[in-house]
Amino acid sequence: MSRRELIQGNEACARGALKAGVRFCAGYPITPSTDVVEFLAQELPKVGGRFIQMEDEIASMGAVLGASVMGVKAMTVTSGPGFDLMQENIAFGAMAQLPCVVVNVQRSGPSTGGATLPAQGDLIQAKYGTSGDSPRIVLYPNSVEEIYRLTVKAFNYAEQYMTPVILLMDEIIGHMREDVDLEAIDVGEIVERRRTNIPPSEYRPYEADETGIPILMPFGSGYRYVVQGMHHDVYGMPNLSAANVEATIYQINSKIDRHKEEIWLWEEKETEDADILLVAVGCVSRSALEVVEQARKRGLKVGLFRPITIWPFPEEPLSQVLARVKAVIVPEMNWGQLIHKVKEVKPDRVAAVPINKYDGTLIMPEEILKVVEEVK
Amino acid sequence: MGRSFHIEINTKWCKNCGICLAFCPQKVFTWDEKQRIVISYPEKCTGCLLCEYRCPDLAIEVRKVEEEESHE
Amino acid sequence: MSWKDYIKQNMFPLFTCSGCTHGTVTNAFVRVADELKLDKDKTVIVCAIGCAGRIPTFLDFPVLRVTHGRALAFATGIKLSRPDVKVIALMGDGDALAIGGNHFIHAARRNIDITAIVSRNEIYGMTGGQYAPTTPPGARATTAPYGMLEPAFDTCKVAEGAGATYVARSDAYHVQHLQRTLKAALQHKGFAVVEVLTSCPTQFGRRNNLADPAKMLERIKEMTVTKAQAEKMTPEELAGKFVIGEFVNTSRPELTDIYAQAFAGMGV
Repeated sequence: MSRRELIQGNEACARGALKAGVRFCAGYPITPSTDVVEFLAQELPKVGGRFIQMEDEIASMGAVLGASVMGVKAMTVTSGPGFDLMQENIAFGAMAQLPCVVVNVQRSGPSTGGATLPAQGDLIQAKYGTSGDSPRIVLYPNSVEEIYRLTVKAFNYAEQYMTPVILLMDEIIGHMREDVDLEAIDVGEIVERRRTNIPPSEYRPYEADETGIPILMPFGSGYRYVVQGMHHDVYGMPNLSAANVEATIYQINSKIDRHKEEIWLWEEKETEDADILLVAVGCVSRSALEVVEQARKRGLKVGLFRPITIWPFPEEPLSQVLARVKAVIVPEMNWGQLIHKVKEVKPDRVAAVPINKYDGTLIMPEEILKVVEEVK
Repeated sequence: MGRSFHIEINTKWCKNCGICLAFCPQKVFTWDEKQRIVISYPEKCTGCLLCEYRCPDLAIEVRKVEEEESHE
Repeated sequence: MSWKDYIKQNMFPLFTCSGCTHGTVTNAFVRVADELKLDKDKTVIVCAIGCAGRIPTFLDFPVLRVTHGRALAFATGIKLSRPDVKVIALMGDGDALAIGGNHFIHAARRNIDITAIVSRNEIYGMTGGQYAPTTPPGARATTAPYGMLEPAFDTCKVAEGAGATYVARSDAYHVQHLQRTLKAALQHKGFAVVEVLTSCPTQFGRRNNLADPAKMLERIKEMTVTKAQAEKMTPEELAGKFVIGEFVNTSRPELTDIYAQAFAGMGV
């Protein structure tokens, strides 16, 4: 029996997190993300989990990583201005290699901007918002069902690759309701943190095995070591020698680079014979899908490439498609962010045409279609 | 009865800050010519342990010497 | 077991400057840990940045050394997700009260079962001697070349006002008092704050004619008075003095207990 119901994107996110096994959430209220923490505040106690509203987003991110170091699946949820404040501890999580999920339901910025206005201004920040070089896995769904599945995926990636994972959403998909049966969705395997049976006396927490990913035993489980954001040796102790600093930076970044093909997720629509390719993410990709349909009806060979994994950016899959097209159009609700990656990947002969909208409203299909007609 | 406390300075940990010397009620410690702490008058030690507790480098240990040991 | 079992002996000596009495707090802490037989595998130390924030990496516990000022935020996540684990935050004064001030007052308000030990050396030592929210008015710092222009925080009053259920002050000179105070704080259920007056001969001392470690500690001896002494002193006599002793030792529902009660019978 189908149990379809009208579910909001933000609620699907919270329910996906519960499906993934989240047991700790710390948050701070911010529109348009607050529904997620409200749902978790209600539901976490029922599964033995804990929710706390912290004094700010810096503290929320800190508390999440505190829970993570104890081996607990943990998350926080925010939007632009709160995401700004979380950056220092996201970097800590990347450096110390602590898994967690950070949901950013994007709104119009910069600064306070417009709390209820949709935007896609944090695509670059999600990867490059912190000092130094650190990896980031960033996923960006475009439907209620996909929000549910990708929230589970975000937790899986976090535990598997031992790093904070960002789930980007936007005000439109966060507040959008769709008719879905979440229980019927097969989310696949739920990944738990790897453990070791190496005795504590021989344990070197930051020594990566053949996967390049360290196994960090939860604190309180008989393994005593240091977890910190300073350059550290395999025991977690401070070490600023050139060889050690290089090894630390190499470890945290290369573990994502070498597994990027397993991390990449993307969707292609009508790309096989496309002359014009649309590259779009999140809410805008829904308009783009509509454009593909309408354009095809007009006899225009238009396709869509939708990166689902935004970082690491799916360069090779996109470049394979770009090799076949004549032009690429990148509609995005910002001053121009996604297009930089597209330009990096595209052949010189392919024109890259931006559509940038930053008025706090969705890019409508007709706006894209107009550009398609100009480019064809 | 001989001296009843044995004082040991872990010279690998000690940074010769002089806090033990300055505040020892019995003036057990002195400086040597290289500004290093020396246990010059161990027999005066009353075992108050203040030097051990105050040491910022955890480098001092004072222990009570058993009777037999003190007769050696 | 001895106090030495609570430190990483192979990592010593401490990286600190000669005469830095942050180390004296460490000294007292490991002796009390030994006296209380703290279970090293059921205790987590949280610390952050600065001299006081780095020393705890030399302790033989699970140690989470976090971003500047955020020790209590991370500690809150640890304690709430694993209430059976003892959580101790070791911080400096700039760490706890300047950049971490918000987390400090909210941890106190929540009365979450964390022991917060704040070493007050009245200066930013690691970064080279800038003024802290605890630097005494008039004292020299690299960012206070004309003397400290701002008033200093009274850590214990801040903690009390924010709702901490154990609040005490001790210092690196009165070491037996320090050990007794840390012992009481570590046994307290709820948010416990101990401020420990410490001395920084290198960064505070050199700029204030107190470069000699013993002189720095002598200053602490002179500026501290017991509660009994303080009661007999006039406000003028008390100016610039620090009262040592217990200011708050009370009981009020602790946060993780409140959660456990509120959700009893719910879930697993």
